Amino acid sequence: MSTAHKEPVAVVGIGQTKHVAARKDVSIAGLVREAARRALDDAGLDWPDIDAVVIGKAPDFFEGVMMPELYLADALGAVGKPMLRVHTAGSVGGSTALVAANLVAARVHGTVLTLAFEKQSESNAMWGLSLPIPFQQPLLAGAGGFFAPHVRAYMRRTGAPDAIGSLVAFKDRRNALKNPYAHLHEHDLTLEQVQSSPMLWDPIRYSETCPSSDGACAMILTDRAGADRSPEPPAWVHGGAMRSEPTLFAGKDFVSPQAGRDCAADVYAQAGITDPRAEIDAVEMYVPFSWYEPMWLENLGFAEEGEGWKLTESGVTELDGDLPVNPSGGVLSTNPIGASGMIRFAEAALQVRGQAGEHQVDGARRALGHAYGGGSQFFSMWLVGAEQPAG
Amino acid sequence: MPDLLKAPMALEFPFTRSLGPVQSAFLTGLRERVVLGVRTGDGRVLVPPVEYDPVTAEEIRDLVQVSATGTVTTWAWNPEPRRDQPLDTPFAWVLVQLDGADTALLHALDVPDATSVHSGLRVRVRWAEERTGAITDIACFEPAQDGQAAGRTPAARHDGAFDDPVTGIVAPARLDYVYSPGRAQTAYLRGLAEQRNVGERCPSCAKVYIPPRGACPTCGVATAERVEVGPAGTVTTFCIVNIKAKNLDIEVPYVYAHIALDGAGLALHGRIGGIPYDQVRMGLRVEPVWSENSRFPDHYRPTGEPDADYDTYKELL
Repeated sequence: MSTAHKEPVAVVGIGQTKHVAARKDVSIAGLVREAARRALDDAGLDWPDIDAVVIGKAPDFFEGVMMPELYLADALGAVGKPMLRVHTAGSVGGSTALVAANLVAARVHGTVLTLAFEKQSESNAMWGLSLPIPFQQPLLAGAGGFFAPHVRAYMRRTGAPDAIGSLVAFKDRRNALKNPYAHLHEHDLTLEQVQSSPMLWDPIRYSETCPSSDGACAMILTDRAGADRSPEPPAWVHGGAMRSEPTLFAGKDFVSPQAGRDCAADVYAQAGITDPRAEIDAVEMYVPFSWYEPMWLENLGFAEEGEGWKLTESGVTELDGDLPVNPSGGVLSTNPIGASGMIRFAEAALQVRGQAGEHQVDGARRALGHAYGGGSQFFSMWLVGAEQPAG
Repeated sequence: MPDLLKAPMALEFPFTRSLGPVQSAFLTGLRERVVLGVRTGDGRVLVPPVEYDPVTAEEIRDLVQVSATGTVTTWAWNPEPRRDQPLDTPFAWVLVQLDGADTALLHALDVPDATSVHSGLRVRVRWAEERTGAITDIACFEPAQDGQAAGRTPAARHDGAFDDPVTGIVAPARLDYVYSPGRAQTAYLRGLAEQRNVGERCPSCAKVYIPPRGACPTCGVATAERVEVGPAGTVTTFCIVNIKAKNLDIEVPYVYAHIALDGAGLALHGRIGGIPYDQVRMGLRVEPVWSENSRFPDHYRPTGEPDADYDTYKELL
């Protein structure tokens, strides 16, 4: 698809809250405000500079806030401006950013604030995912029980050694120590502790699962004129795509869903990438359980089918490897579900802006942000670069 | 129309909410019979208060106390109060502009009939006997008959500080539905009552869906041809559950498996029993074990057949 007719989109502001288990000191309005204000400050902008607001959050039943676009309009300076909400389960943070980016690309708006949030401490995702529907068999296993059989299928299909999942978890928790906004800061964690943590849903151990977090993430997206005014280097959107597929259908490949492969291929085509492993410098992917790193490495085209675990095992995905994955610590270290996808997108942008601080990947010029949700039903991804895209 | 199964379905959950500084002061104030508002950048007083100025988007913390008496700005009669509404006898929903406020507050007015309420009516707060720091600390409004014109009492500054402030509330959410599983699932559920697994075949891709949904999600066409599958099947993948889930009376560890019933186009989920948990494997052949008091099989147990070859189920994980 030609992108020449589109307005180039720049990320000029990024703001996150310090993600924690419970933010009892603020309302939801206060939480989103904190992230939005930091994004505005980063961009050197103020509320009147924003033309529209696009927000996303977890599914309504997770935290019981049914119409956040009404309740949060004041806090986000949206009064008198267009305000949209996006719903796509766990991928929502990513697709929310893409809707905002498309509004700029289409020249509908010049500068858009996009934000996603969740207060898991005031929410109950497990209840929201297992509503007692009449005549239906209750879910027998809890959240991890939904994912664990897919991990076993991956292990069977690829012959991956049992320890791969623990390597991912240990790496991501170590990376989180370099990210001041990450929720888990487990300074003394050892690989042996990860490997001996309780087996919850065999083959998934406790230390290989994501935490429950309260947090918000905001970004300011703008056009070329806005980028010219930016006090800090922008990240440029080189490609962005969303795909969906049914939750369950005959022939669904839970290990490597078709929608994920198609979404990645679309993003790479837009960005002119033919060899993602060689051409992409950092990846922020949505890994809620550690084994999803090797699974997504294959699904996203960084490794041949059956080979993803070898990248993890050989250290390629470490912060100092040649394809760092989740330098921020990822979802395994921070998971306000509704915001987790946008955090991936924002962290990818921080990398190419050179603003990731201690978890900066040296010389990162192109980075991928990836989100998925709804039992591998929704995928959203963007590729951001340090250079304005050609065309 | 066929005779469809139906059942009531209630979704109910007590969500918690942290209040933040402004709502904390407002609700704690109600507990102390004080109604607080907030002054905006352009000098208006909003009741209930908000944290951010609706015009300038600036943070606002300039709290003021307004009167507990005010004027009805508009109303609607509620002839049949529902569960958890402020009054259980017919009442008026009213917007009340409290003296000193520039905006109106939504609440209930206790009057005997619709002829007793009109815009401009003077009303006052009827405080609840037991107050906890919640909007329900205002039990309702009642006619004031104070003979005053509106807005005579100006708002007075208030620091919003109270002993033992309320910092969080529980906000119960409840939705009531009548749920019907639809034609295809009704037929499936009736089959289960006879211990038969009846799915539906897609006329386009020929895959058999069980449970059936009445349509093939891949081809987007309706399904109608009923096909019995199983009863035996193959464990395609599984996990061993080691943590006890709330509301589930199953001893851990147990095996939660994806089971492809013979002839089915995709796997369904079930528990494996009749074999030590650590001997369950991909490819294990199993059959349902029905129980008296459940519509669904209680669990699946080994049939004793040789394991299925991986190639026969690798598309059904």
